Amino acid sequence: MKQTIKITSLFRRGILGSLLLVTIVAGCKRSGKNAAVIGDDAASKVYVAPGKYDDFYLFTSGGFSGQVGVYGLPSGRLFKVIPVFSQNAENGWGYSEETKPMFQTSHGFVPWGDTHHPQLSRTDGNYDGKWLFINENNTPRIARIDLKTFTTSEVIEIPNCGGNHSSPYCTENTEYLVAGGRFSVPIGDKKDVPIDSYKENFKALLSLVKVEPTNGKLDLAVQILLPPFDFDKTRGGKGVSKDWFFFTCYNSEKANTMLEVNASQNDKDFVLALNWRKAIEYLNAGKAKEMNTPYLHNKMDESTQTATSEILKSEKVLDPKDCPGMLYYMPCPKSPHGCDVSPTGEYIAASGKLAAMIPVYSFAKIEKAIEAKAFDGDVDGIPILKYDEVLAGVVQKPGLGPLHTEFDDKGYAYTSMFLSSEIVKWKLGTWEVVDRMPVYYSIGHLCVPGGDTKNPYGKYVIALDKITKDRYLPTGPEECQAAQLIDISGDKMKMLLDFPTIGEPHYAQACAADLLTKNNQKIYKLEDNKNPYAIKAETETKVVRKGNEVHVYMTCIRSHFAPDNIEGIKMGDVVYWHITNLEQDWDVPHGFSVKGNNNSELLIMPGETRTLKWVPDEVGVVPFYCTDFCSALHQEMQGYVRVSDKNSSVPLKWSLNEQK
Amino acid sequence: MKKNILLTGIAAIVLLFGMNSCSNKEESNSTETTVSETSANNSSTGGGAASVKDDDSQPNVVKVASGSKDHTTLVAAVQAAELVDVLAQSGPYTVFAPTNAAFDLLPKGTVEGLLKPEKKADLQNILQFHVTTSMYSESMFRDGLKLGMANGGSVVISKKDGKLMVNDANIVGHVTASNGIIYVIDKVLLPTQ
Repeated sequence: MKQTIKITSLFRRGILGSLLLVTIVAGCKRSGKNAAVIGDDAASKVYVAPGKYDDFYLFTSGGFSGQVGVYGLPSGRLFKVIPVFSQNAENGWGYSEETKPMFQTSHGFVPWGDTHHPQLSRTDGNYDGKWLFINENNTPRIARIDLKTFTTSEVIEIPNCGGNHSSPYCTENTEYLVAGGRFSVPIGDKKDVPIDSYKENFKALLSLVKVEPTNGKLDLAVQILLPPFDFDKTRGGKGVSKDWFFFTCYNSEKANTMLEVNASQNDKDFVLALNWRKAIEYLNAGKAKEMNTPYLHNKMDESTQTATSEILKSEKVLDPKDCPGMLYYMPCPKSPHGCDVSPTGEYIAASGKLAAMIPVYSFAKIEKAIEAKAFDGDVDGIPILKYDEVLAGVVQKPGLGPLHTEFDDKGYAYTSMFLSSEIVKWKLGTWEVVDRMPVYYSIGHLCVPGGDTKNPYGKYVIALDKITKDRYLPTGPEECQAAQLIDISGDKMKMLLDFPTIGEPHYAQACAADLLTKNNQKIYKLEDNKNPYAIKAETETKVVRKGNEVHVYMTCIRSHFAPDNIEGIKMGDVVYWHITNLEQDWDVPHGFSVKGNNNSELLIMPGETRTLKWVPDEVGVVPFYCTDFCSALHQEMQGYVRVSDKNSSVPLKWSLNEQK
Repeated sequence: MKKNILLTGIAAIVLLFGMNSCSNKEESNSTETTVSETSANNSSTGGGAASVKDDDSQPNVVKVASGSKDHTTLVAAVQAAELVDVLAQSGPYTVFAPTNAAFDLLPKGTVEGLLKPEKKADLQNILQFHVTTSMYSESMFRDGLKLGMANGGSVVISKKDGKLMVNDANIVGHVTASNGIIYVIDKVLLPTQ
């Protein structure tokens, strides 16, 4: 920009000759490239007028941020960041006493997570708008987000697992979520082993997590021990393939070091097909053995608004040797990554990162091959189906570095190409490439709204880009990551919009807005608040001492705290502020902060109770105030707490509006 | 104090704001045409704060007043003075709400005169003299308490023998709303010049 201005001014002075021409041509090159792919009417297609709603919700994983982003489409406006696996000092998630248990794991309190794959719950293969599930990659967990309140309701740890990447994809009716480890690890009693004994001592692991249909509660149903290949991605089948999960596996070389070289030696790795119904049948038939690795299950109780952590110590584990007909490998070229199922459930596209083609498998052929025992050997007793017998077709030379595929409502598929940084549109059945769209830059996943359902909306594809370089105003060495909205309603894709995202938008799913708006919860009803520290009126406020613990039962309402003057706190005390927001009015949270607190602030939603711990560290009168601009007299919403010496005789007392 | 004596139909939502939101819709028609291709199914939020669709929250002061058959004059005046959206905002407000009977005590023709478009400023001045920013619960009132009102004037609360007054009007009841509190009074408060 600066350069252009300078040149223009030089031009005015008539100083520049051929140099100017060169610069202008170079400058035009980029805008020329953009003009070719941006639809002329792009602005009107993404413009959502003030006061209007977007057509779709887009849920993006926050990647290394550990959270989930909620955006509108087509505008790309960010509405909310849902705190999930990372503590959020901004609202007290993971800091308040009620929410701390959500962060408990078998390793203790883990304040951060790595979210990768949002999965909207499905009924009959279509989004039902109930829940959003998201995996945590690093300390293997799955979270459930309630889409009435857009808050995290539950977190379950996945024991015996390394890197919960192939997760949390679900079955057609959300009967089960899956969790597959990207790392094979030593499992069981023998854990302290040399790393180079990988081939003998390491195991891959798949888990099926049951989802209670009425309330979404999660339960680790069964785990399956497998040869030590690394699981990358999964999809649950639908329609004809509804009883199956399909997983891509890389590192069939079983390398334990320098995988970028050593896991790229074989011409083919595998797609693993799991008949999950059979797995449950084997479980119910008592075929599973018990393992006893502790894992945590954290639940937010809707009525007490308080999370609890439960330690569980028993897993049911199936050995494929005892479970014929449950698992089949299918050869797949070169380190496959994405593994995606077409809307009918008939085609499974698996993309080898290093392959120059996309193999597409036919479910009908898979069934036939299983029946005909068309095997090409086995891996530890798990049959390998003959590649040619299960292949429906191949998309030849689609681009470089094919990763993920989503589908529209017209029989087309869209595959992201990481290396050539483009989206390639191809036709199911003919496997011919029909269109290409460059994206900026280094696309990973892509998302068609409803793209993993039986009925994709088919209006847009969203590119989820890892790197943006020069796409936005620069912000130092680290630039934002971003999404790009592309119109797929016509024959040719049209670029509509760039928008930055929180963290890394690893994967995203999008659903029609009215699926969620109709259930949106506006307030927590005060009468239903069963938090043990809740009080429902200012007349019930109190301060209670229990040894050196002081419990402040406080209320807030526009525009004061009750009480707002507290005395009798002593050095050495641990103060718990239990604050109930008495408001019963949509979008009127109150905030609470105390000077010098080695803790976060709180945001308390209407009708909610939250508790903040504070250990006073000096004698004096300490201010506290509301942090969420709530009303005309928000600035006046403040108070004082007096902290006295340890041996002081100042009595405990509290008041609001006490006049002398 | 007698509670709930007048404003019984609290939850009733009277569609008083139809005119307001209709006119806004007409204004935005041209915009709608432009975005109709992408946003055919877009729900629209209406006009000001009073048109927020929300049946779950406690009703705000506008909704409460609109549900009272004893305050139709006040509600009509609030509309004419274009204060509906203001009173649906986050506030919080303390509203002294004269009943229809209180308005009837004014000299004949006063109300009709104030409702004329050219008297809008006078009407706003009077109505804003009935509103203060803060939510005064009854226990916060003490004898002699001075309240600064929205029009810049001030009123005085008197509390004697359990009898509450604001200036020369008796406070005869109250209703709590989501964004404030309404005190029902038996006289219209007239701003001092």
